[in-house]
Amino acid sequence: MNAHLGFSTVDLAAHQSHPEPVVRLRDFTRRFGANTIIDGLDLDIAPGEFIALLGRSGSGKTTLLRTLAGLDEVRGQDVEVPDSRAVVFQDARLLPWKPVWKNVSLGLKGNNGRDRAEAALKEVGLGHRLDAWPLTLSGGEAQRVALARALVREPKLLLLDEPFAALDALTRYRMHDLVLSLWRAHKPAVLIVTHDVEEAIALADRVLVLDKGRIVAEERITAPRGERASFAGRLREKLLSHLGGDDHGEGVVPFAIAAE
Amino acid sequence: MAVLTINDTSQAARGRSASTRRPFSLSRFGGRWLSPVLLLLLWEAGSRIGLIPERTLAAPSAVLGTLLEMVISGELPSNLLVSFARVAVGLLIGVGLGLALGLIAGLSRSGELAVDPLMQIKRTIPALALTPLFIVWFGIGETPKVALIAFGTIFPVYLNLYSGIRSVDLRLLDAAKSFGLSRWEQIWHVVLPSALPQLLVGLRYALSVSILVLVVAEQINASAGLGYLINNARDFMRTDIIVVCLMVYAILGLGADWLVRAIEARALIWRPSIVEQ
Repeated sequence: MNAHLGFSTVDLAAHQSHPEPVVRLRDFTRRFGANTIIDGLDLDIAPGEFIALLGRSGSGKTTLLRTLAGLDEVRGQDVEVPDSRAVVFQDARLLPWKPVWKNVSLGLKGNNGRDRAEAALKEVGLGHRLDAWPLTLSGGEAQRVALARALVREPKLLLLDEPFAALDALTRYRMHDLVLSLWRAHKPAVLIVTHDVEEAIALADRVLVLDKGRIVAEERITAPRGERASFAGRLREKLLSHLGGDDHGEGVVPFAIAAE
Repeated sequence: MAVLTINDTSQAARGRSASTRRPFSLSRFGGRWLSPVLLLLLWEAGSRIGLIPERTLAAPSAVLGTLLEMVISGELPSNLLVSFARVAVGLLIGVGLGLALGLIAGLSRSGELAVDPLMQIKRTIPALALTPLFIVWFGIGETPKVALIAFGTIFPVYLNLYSGIRSVDLRLLDAAKSFGLSRWEQIWHVVLPSALPQLLVGLRYALSVSILVLVVAEQINASAGLGYLINNARDFMRTDIIVVCLMVYAILGLGADWLVRAIEARALIWRPSIVEQ
């Protein structure tokens, strides 16, 4: 493989099986009625790995994330996810009737909730907004609270569902740095769902492209973050071609399948 | 000199802005009170010159005098207490049942199937239409009065709690689920707080309904209470006492509204409109 490029295409057939992956899906399939959303998917996530999942809308990435988050039931399927996991959604989803610290400590066992919430909020730079009401926060602040709420659970798996899509560009770059520094400090496995190729290249160890419920491309990025500018252009072209590559029909004509 | 002139003009400007402001706000403030006060004066004048006979409507001054008399003699406070107790007990039962049924129907499908059709049927029967039946069942004591108030206040509480629970934001519920909250924790931390604003709307409705029903229910052969005072006054054509009782009803209504507002201000403190104040 072209190691000198800084990224390498992973052979889909020869799956590298890590000794003890935190997430393990084998031949995972999910259907809603006649629609197959996820189609025979295999996925391993190693401890501490940072994965970006790219896909157009309707590619099944939200369904995959809900499965990993334990929000959808998986009966009779080979799915292993860790118990300690946390999600940050695109909209922060804070409970407006609880002050910030109670949102962060929501559902924590034990009575040191406020201390733990305070520590987590300090980590995301919001130690001074402990008692603020969520509706008074800006979009970036709300998303940082959501990050703190996820981190306070010390998750083995952190799921980020397009968490920065609604933020302005400058705030988004700051959030990237924040997420990376939190990831380095706590070492959870991270899966970020995004439609932003740049974001995926800037953050991840491994980029997956999901299309029609299958992983159609997988790129491992070995170059350290911050030194990826040299090949980012080429990698972006490659990923974009996978994302928009076979755009001939089915995605555009939603009723064609039903009519058959 | 120059400084002085500047000071002078600024003071003049300040004076001018104050003088342009004051009449504006005064006219607004005075404007709200002007017509009611004028009406009272006309009413008083009409009574004084004999245009409005006392058996039709007592003069405001006479009403005020009667009010003082009734307060000092203890007649008004003791009867008010009786009426207040009727509303309080009726509300306690009605709101309690409304809460229980709203929770059952809101939180479970089978509960909805069992409760909601009955409540919708009940809604079509005006509470006051049951007065004759309640008299047959419960006689003419306190029970039918309390029962009528309870019956009338169940529905606004039930309906608003039920629909408040059902309109919970599913995305918030998903978030709570993803953090491993149990079903009861989800209900306690997410569902019930999100239903609270609408429940308080229902509570406000229930309070105004309770006073409306009280007025009618108290006309049933009462031996104490505001309705009893009004009935007696009617027999003796004491319009002053009737007006005093009407005022007390109005004050009860205002008090009920104030109570719910106070609860809202405390319970919904997280809302931006209240936060910003």
